[in-house]
Parts: sequence; C-alpha cells; structure tokens
Amino acid sequence: MEETLRNLLEEAKRELETVDSIKSLEELRVKYLGKKGELTKILRGMGNLSPEERPVVGKISNEVRAEIESLLAAKRDEILKVEKEEKIRSEYIDITLPGKVHEIGHKHPMTKVLDEIKDIFLGLGFSIAEGPEIELDYYNFEALNTPPDHPARDLQDTFYITKNILLRTQTSPVQVRTMEKNKPPIKVISPGRVYRSDETDATHSPVFNQIEGLAVDEGITMGDLKGVLNLFAKRLFGSDTKTKFRPHYFPFTEPSAEMDVSCFACGGKGCRVCGYSGWIEILGSGMVHPNVLRMSGIDPEKYSGFAFGMGLDRITMLSYGIDDLRLLYENDLRFIKQF
Amino acid sequence: MLVSYSWLKDYVDVLVDAKKLADDLTMSGSKVETIKSYGNEIKNVVIGKIISIEKHPDADKLQVGIVDVGEEKLQIITGAQNIKVGDYIPVALHGSTLPGGVKIKRGKLRGLESNGMMCSAKELGLDESLLPDYQRNGIFILPELPIGEDIKKVLELDDVIEFEITPNRPDCLSVVGIARETAATYRKSYRMPEIKIYEVADKNPANVTIDADDLCYRYVARVIRNAKIGPSPIWMQMRLLKAGIRPINNIVDVTNYVMMELGQPLHAFDLDKVKNRHIIVRRAKNGEKLVTLDDKERILDSEMLVIADEEKAIGLAGVMGGQNTEITDDTVNILIESANFKGSNIRYTSKKLGLRSEASSRFEKGLDPEITVMACNRAAQLMAELSGGEILNGIVDVYPKPIEEKVLSVRHKKINKLLGTNLTIGEMKNILTFLDFGVICDGENLVVKVPAFRSDIEGEADIAEEIGRMYGYNNIEDTLLKGTQITAGVKTREQKLEDLVKEVFLSCGLNEIITTSFMGMKDLDKINLPDDSPLRKAVKIMNPLGEDQGYMRTTLLPSMLNVVYTNYSRKVSDLKAFEISRVFIPKSLPLEELPVEVKTTVIGMYGHDVDFLTLKGVIEVLLDVLNVNNVKYVRSENTLYHPGRSADIIVDGECIGVFGEINPDIEENYDINREVYVAELNLELLFKHAKDDERKYKLLPKYPAVERDIAVLVDKNTFVADIESIIRETGGKLVDDVKLFDVYTGENIPEDKKSVAYSIWYRSYERTLTDEEVNKVHDKIIRKLNEKLGAQLR
Repeated sequence: MEETLRNLLEEAKRELETVDSIKSLEELRVKYLGKKGELTKILRGMGNLSPEERPVVGKISNEVRAEIESLLAAKRDEILKVEKEEKIRSEYIDITLPGKVHEIGHKHPMTKVLDEIKDIFLGLGFSIAEGPEIELDYYNFEALNTPPDHPARDLQDTFYITKNILLRTQTSPVQVRTMEKNKPPIKVISPGRVYRSDETDATHSPVFNQIEGLAVDEGITMGDLKGVLNLFAKRLFGSDTKTKFRPHYFPFTEPSAEMDVSCFACGGKGCRVCGYSGWIEILGSGMVHPNVLRMSGIDPEKYSGFAFGMGLDRITMLSYGIDDLRLLYENDLRFIKQF
Repeated sequence: MLVSYSWLKDYVDVLVDAKKLADDLTMSGSKVETIKSYGNEIKNVVIGKIISIEKHPDADKLQVGIVDVGEEKLQIITGAQNIKVGDYIPVALHGSTLPGGVKIKRGKLRGLESNGMMCSAKELGLDESLLPDYQRNGIFILPELPIGEDIKKVLELDDVIEFEITPNRPDCLSVVGIARETAATYRKSYRMPEIKIYEVADKNPANVTIDADDLCYRYVARVIRNAKIGPSPIWMQMRLLKAGIRPINNIVDVTNYVMMELGQPLHAFDLDKVKNRHIIVRRAKNGEKLVTLDDKERILDSEMLVIADEEKAIGLAGVMGGQNTEITDDTVNILIESANFKGSNIRYTSKKLGLRSEASSRFEKGLDPEITVMACNRAAQLMAELSGGEILNGIVDVYPKPIEEKVLSVRHKKINKLLGTNLTIGEMKNILTFLDFGVICDGENLVVKVPAFRSDIEGEADIAEEIGRMYGYNNIEDTLLKGTQITAGVKTREQKLEDLVKEVFLSCGLNEIITTSFMGMKDLDKINLPDDSPLRKAVKIMNPLGEDQGYMRTTLLPSMLNVVYTNYSRKVSDLKAFEISRVFIPKSLPLEELPVEVKTTVIGMYGHDVDFLTLKGVIEVLLDVLNVNNVKYVRSENTLYHPGRSADIIVDGECIGVFGEINPDIEENYDINREVYVAELNLELLFKHAKDDERKYKLLPKYPAVERDIAVLVDKNTFVADIESIIRETGGKLVDDVKLFDVYTGENIPEDKKSVAYSIWYRSYERTLTDEEVNKVHDKIIRKLNEKLGAQLR
C-alpha cells in the first residue's frame, strides 16, 4: 500500500510535467485528489490494513496529498505566469499608429497674440476696456486734441458715416471714454477694430486691430511709461529684448515717443524682418496731453498719465513671420490650423 | 524731406558720417527714413569735352568721339545720339567704377579702341525723370565745367538723407530747420545763409492788396528788373535734383531752392503780365477758372484763395501759380511772392482740387509768417546773382495782424516730474537755448520765449518734450509706476464669458476666423434676405472703398458663408469655424446717434461628420457650460434656413439664436454643393441668460438607482423632446435621469411610425426604492405616453 502511494506520487509528478493549462491542471487535480480520485480509491483499501499499519499509511497518504497539492499549486502559478506573459505578448500593438483624436479648434493667430498681451497687462494691473467702433468725431479726434483743422487728421484717411459720426481710426477714443467714466487710478488696455480707408494689399487693410493702453494717476512719469513698455516687450518678445524710445508726434500725447524693439528674428544683427536695421518699430506712446486730460474731466495739475497704442495685425505678422496681411482676413483653415 | 549732407554742412559744422548723423537725429526727434549715397560707388569719373564726333566706320548705331579729359584726349565709342561737338559730359575713365559696382575698362568696339565711357545721368545714379529732354535721352549733357575735374566734386554727389517730418514740425521741412536740429543735438551753433541785397535806386512799382486777411496773414514781395532767363548753375540744379525737385530755369529754381533752404514757399510772377502791377489776394468766385502751371484748367469755388490782378486770377494761393503769369524765356521783370496763408484753407483747396505741391504741403501745416521777409530777400539776392537782374528799391510787406511773441512760464520741478528726471534748471535752459528758445530763469521757473517758427509749442508739456528729446529719452531711467496706487487687472463678466464661449467652441473643434466688418447690399441679396428684413437697415459709409464694402454689417452670416466658400473652393475637405464680432444695428437712419453694437457669434460647418446634430451638440455644450437653463428648441421659421433642419433657441421664452442647415437655395447662390450648417447667436442675450455664477453643490446620491428601459412606437413626426418631457413630468422627483438610446424606423415598424427607446434611471435621495415603487411610476409613464402621444409599448 505504501508502495502504491509512493507510485501514485511518482505518477502524478510525471503527469504534471506534461500539464500546460489551468484546465488540464484541474483535471489532474480531480484525477488524483478528487472525491473519486486515485488517492481516495487507494485509501478506500485502508480498511484492510492492520491497526499498526493504518497510522503509518495514513501519515504517508497525508504526506503524498500535501506533496501533490503543493506541486499542483506550484504548477498553477507557473502556468498562470506563462499565460499572463502570453496574453501580454499577444496584446502588443503598433504604437506608431496615429492616435484617435477629437480634433480641437485653433484660435486665430491674432487672438493668440492678443491673449498673450492681455495676460501681460492684466498681470501689471491693467483692466480691459471696450468702446464703440462707430464713434463720434468728438471722441476720435476732438477730445484727443485734434480739432477739425488739425493737420494730423490728414495722416488718417477716415471713413465717415455722417459729418459727426465716423468709423474710429484708432482705439484712442476709448481712453477718453474711460477717463470720463472713471477716476484715477486708471489702468486699462483696450483692444479692438479700427478703420482707415486704405485699399487692401500685403501690408494694408481697411479694417485692422489696435491695442490701446492708458495709465493715469498722481505722479506717473515718462520713466514709468518706459519701464512698463520695456517690461511688456521683454515678456512678449523674450527677456533678451532691448527697447529704444524715439521722439515722435501724436496730437494727444506730449512728450510722444515711438518704441522700437531689438529684432527678435536676428537679435539685432540686421535681417530681412527688420529691414537690416536690427530694430522693429512696435508702438506709439507718450504722456497724455494735458488738454486731453482736461477735456476728459481730469485735472492735469494733479494727475498725469501715459498712453500707448500698437497694431495687433503687425505684431502678429512679425511674431509668426507672416508676410501678407490678407492671410489674416482670408481665413483659409489650412492657415488658421497652423496656430 | 530730402536733405543733401553737403548742403546741410553749409549751415552747421558736423564731422560725423551720414549714418551716425541719421542715428543721432532720429533719437533727438527727426526720424531718418533712408540714406541715399550718390557718390560712394563712383570712382574715376571726370568732366570731359567733346572735340570731335564721327560715325563708326563699321557700325551704324555707334559714334566715335574724341573727348578732352584734361590730361589727355581719349577716343571713346558711344551709342548715344544726343551729343554734339563742344558738349561737356561725364566720362568714366579706364578703371573707373559706377553705381551698382559697374567697372569700366578700356576695350574695343567693332574694331576701334574705346578708352572709357560717356555717362548718362542714370548711369551716375541720378533720377532721370526730373531732367529735361536734352539731358535725359542719352548722355548727361552738362554746362561748361572745368575739364578733368572729378564728377563727384562738381556735381556734389554726396549722401542724401531722407527725413520723416511729423506734421507739427513744418519748420523742419527745410535744410536750415534740419541744421538747427542738428546743432541742438550736438549742442553746437548753426548759421543762417548770408543775405546781402543791393537795391537799385528805382522804386518798386508793384503794390499788393489783401482782400481776405483771414486767409492770407502776410504778403511780402520784391521786384527784379531786367532778368535774363536761362538755366541755373549746375550746383543749384544738382541740389534741387537731390531734393527731388525738377530744375526749370534760374528764376523758378531760386524759388524752389529758397523753399528747400528756409522752408518758405515762394512764387515768381512775370510782372509784365500782371495787370497794373497790382496783386490782389482774394477769395475765388464760384466757378472761376484758372489754368495752373501744370496746364490743367481748375474750376474754383469761393472758399479758395487766389492771387489775382485787377482782371483775373493769376495763381492759386499757396498751391500753384497760374499759367498766365508764368516765367518764360522772354520774361524780363519778376515779382517774387513770399506770403503766409492759413494752413487749413490751403489744405482744403489742395484736397478739393486733388492738387498737392511742395508749397501746399508746407503751407497746410501752418508756417511762420516771420520768415517771409528773409526768404524774399534771399530769393532776390540769388535771382539777381543768377539772372543779372536788378533788385528794385523797396520791399512790399502787407502784414495786417503781426503775430505776438509767445512767452511761457514753465516749472522746473513739474518738467522733471513729468519726465521722471532730475535735471537742473541750468541743464534745461541750456537745451532750450540751443533750440533757439529765449530763456530766463526766474527762481524755480523758466520763462521761455518761443521762436516764431515753433507754432507747435503751446505749454509746459511741449517744453518738457523739447528737453526730454534733447536730453535723450533713453537716458531717462525706467521705473515701474513706483509712485502710484496698486490696481487689480480684471476682466468684466462679459469679457470672461466671451472667453468661455471661445473655449467651448475651440474644444468642440471649431476654428476661429476673423473677417472685416463691411458688407454690401449684394451680400444680403445673396443670402436671400427678405426685402423687408430689418437687417437691411444698415449703417452706410459715406466714402466706402467700394460698393461691396459700403455698409457696416448687420449680420455675420455673409462673411461666414464667404469663408465657407473660400475653403470649399480650395478643396478644404472639412470646415468647422466660428467668429465672434459685432454687428451694427442703427436706432434710426440716417444715423443721428451711435448705433447699437451687438456682440454676436456665427458658426459655420460642413464635412463628412457634420449634420444638424453635430451643430446642435456644440450649442448644447455651450449652453451647459454657461449654465443656461430652460432651453427649448423650436422649429425655426427663419427663411434663411432649411425649413426642416433648423431650430430657434428659446431661453425663458426669448429667442437667443438660430441654427441648422442653411437654406439649399443659398447653398446654390454660393455655389457650394454641400450641406452647410450655420448658427447665429446673440451673445448679449446669451450672457443675460447665463447663470454662470449660480452653480451650487448638489448632494451626491447615497442610494442606488434602478434602471428601466422603455421602447415605444409613436407617430413618425413626434418630437422626442415631447416624449422626454412627458417622462420627466410624470416621473417627477423619482426620475433621476433619462437618456434616449435608439430611434428606429424600417423593418417591422409601420411606415408612419418610429420606435423610440429610452433608459430611465429612478432614484430617491432618501432611501432605496423598492421594485414596487418603481413599477408604479414606470407604468404611469407608459400610460401617460399612450394617452398623450398614442405611444404603444413595443
């Protein structure tokens, strides 16, 4: 009997060698250890044994059962491991296949640049103001120190609706509207569409976009104007950017200045983008003219301020190397999707 | 304003090169556009005199010239035909270079040696269009000049600097004006031209009457007698050429030369053609005619100022002279006009007649009346010198209301405060003095006498600019609003919501477009807009660029459809786009007050995955993100849309927009052979209904939901929205969610019916629902669907 048990174990071991799936492993378990299995069959013959032999055989049979169980368990782990490995191997895919995309839309490049500019000025404490595009002559010119006979009116070809109503030629009227409505400290930028009767070509459009800025408070100096705009330029064009302020003329600022930035394409060495000068003209600025403050109900003796204005279309073109303004208004999606 | 550097050096001593000068003047306020270097590439080109010309024996079109170039006589072959023996010409010698890097070498032309080249003006880099015919067609024929002399020297081929002069500084539209700026920039002095007049004893016979002293502030005149008209000397011609002015004759050239030199436009009349030698400055009569110097007949109006004699107009004041008194080769006696006119009136005349001249572009900015006498004398001096004429005794000067000297008192402290500088009162005085201001220090103030040519200076801020620019803007220390109050940079609710709308659209795959704000009435016809539509009441532009851009748009739809068409015609396979912009709705027409500008958005789509529901999905996400509730979609009656595939968006009973397929007729109008889906939403109304700040946390459910599916047969044209609302109404609070998961027509379904299937989730937030409770509500829903819609359970 003892011999039979030992043989059973050996046979089980042998058979286990050939098992390669959980299913056949289970069959094997039933075959040897099941209720009607080989071991039970053998143990049924225990009744024929002497009382001395019984505990010995009982012990051996327990040992054999334990051994088979442990072998089965080990085999099971082995098979599971192999199966898992096989499963994973079978799950390999071509990771260079294109992704499943929910296509999202693209912002217009001008909006991207505008958003950046807005962020910079919001961070500097400037709010965003808006004003009408169809504007009174008063706000577009007169309140900006540009009375009807003023030669500066010639610089801008204006679209008129009536004698007193026009399409604003600049975002500067928002300055006046803001000052009329608010008391200093005032810090705003005002992006928006402006209109001038220029025929459309690679650098002109009758409709384009400007961003106006205004700061009015006690004690604002031209140094502040320079500091703020210099910081702005570094944020927008990169921290290596240098700025240069050139005297200029605007009717509604005095002193007035144009700001050039070092060319961000060549770093100031001179290239096609900057016309080989190393500098790019970016914006007009100046200290708000006392007449403008006065007309807007702000006492120029107590307060001072600076204002600036820049062309969004131009800055967008420069930023992305776009060489034809018409692309911005044509809206070919193959263009828009590049940004 | 083109300024020859050599000419500038007549009035100010500067040593730097033109590039450095340009940079420095740009930084002190006179912006330089370009520098044109005339002579820098020219080498070894000299004056030659033609001694003989013969035909080339072997070439019909060539001539063989012998040219005296001083040290030798050279045989030079040329193709030019405009030369004759005795002509003085520029000769490029063997080994010379010309503009553009052209090198001239000795060579043979059809067997004969050519020892250089006779040059045209163009070959010397000059603008031929300003030259008379005899100098233009072929070799540049010169007056008598020292033979063998370097061409660069005799023609003063130097650097010409182009300045962009701002309209507030007409005083800088002159070489002397630029000299003054140059001097101040380098803290040097400058000098005015030396003017010496030798009058003969005979009295000036002309007299002047100003009949319109509101338009003519001053009229100064002199008379030159016995002038001999001829070309002006080459140095003067060259200076005019470099300034972009056509040389004409020694009289006209002087008027232009002095204008360039001093900034005062002048005019010369043939005095013998002026009736009774009496100049009358008066308004033109309506319809009065004048042939100007450019041979064009001008029809005048009573707003325009003319120079007239007792019979007729003889000049258009400040703009152009009249042909009837033009200086001709036979002119002997000349009247020099040096006048001052009202700028805005000159601008009016010039604009109205479409006639701009060097004179009008200066006058219209408002000139200094004080310079008229000096300019008149300078012209008289030069005319007498160049034409051999005599200056008659006496200057006419009619100056009804002499301008008053402007004196400003400005505060030293305030100027520093405005600039952010720490300049001493002495430094300020120094700068202003170099700019010709008279300055007296009065304690903490500067009392500043403004020179007459600086009409732009009105107050303290202007003085601050003068000091600032000469001190150097870039020497002012950068500061960051250090003395001011801190402000918060914020966006308004509407601005934030607009950003949100953009974000939603972008994440839904729509691309942002930007179009211009104009439209034409044809655009509205193209979208089949009914004749009585209020959108046809649009703001009209008085001076549009074209009919198609004649109005301010009242709808964004045509712009979107144009973009759709652009992309469609360029074979862009799919398009999803939106624009946010304003439409302009007048309160009344013609406009008496500003119109209402309404922020609006338009969506446009076509493509393989685009249908009504694609677009509706975008709208639903938008309304969800903006927390817009009580939304109903009602079949739209808008005729611009497909009647069966469009809906109005109704929120709280108010229509905030419309969307759907554009009417196929319009697709045809645009030649688009696809279904185009568009949406138009009024953003102001949308924002009104957005409960963006009213979101509150709702308890998460603790008890499980029971899901029941239901499939019913209903009439084919039943709205599923009606089914859903019956389910919700009937189920009340117990219905936690309802989802449509199938709509089916076809096999096994009667033709006029459709099968609609929903999942309904029942849930209580207080307890676990029993089957019994759920069954009761579910049965009730089935009953109600049957009662109200005749729905049959499948």
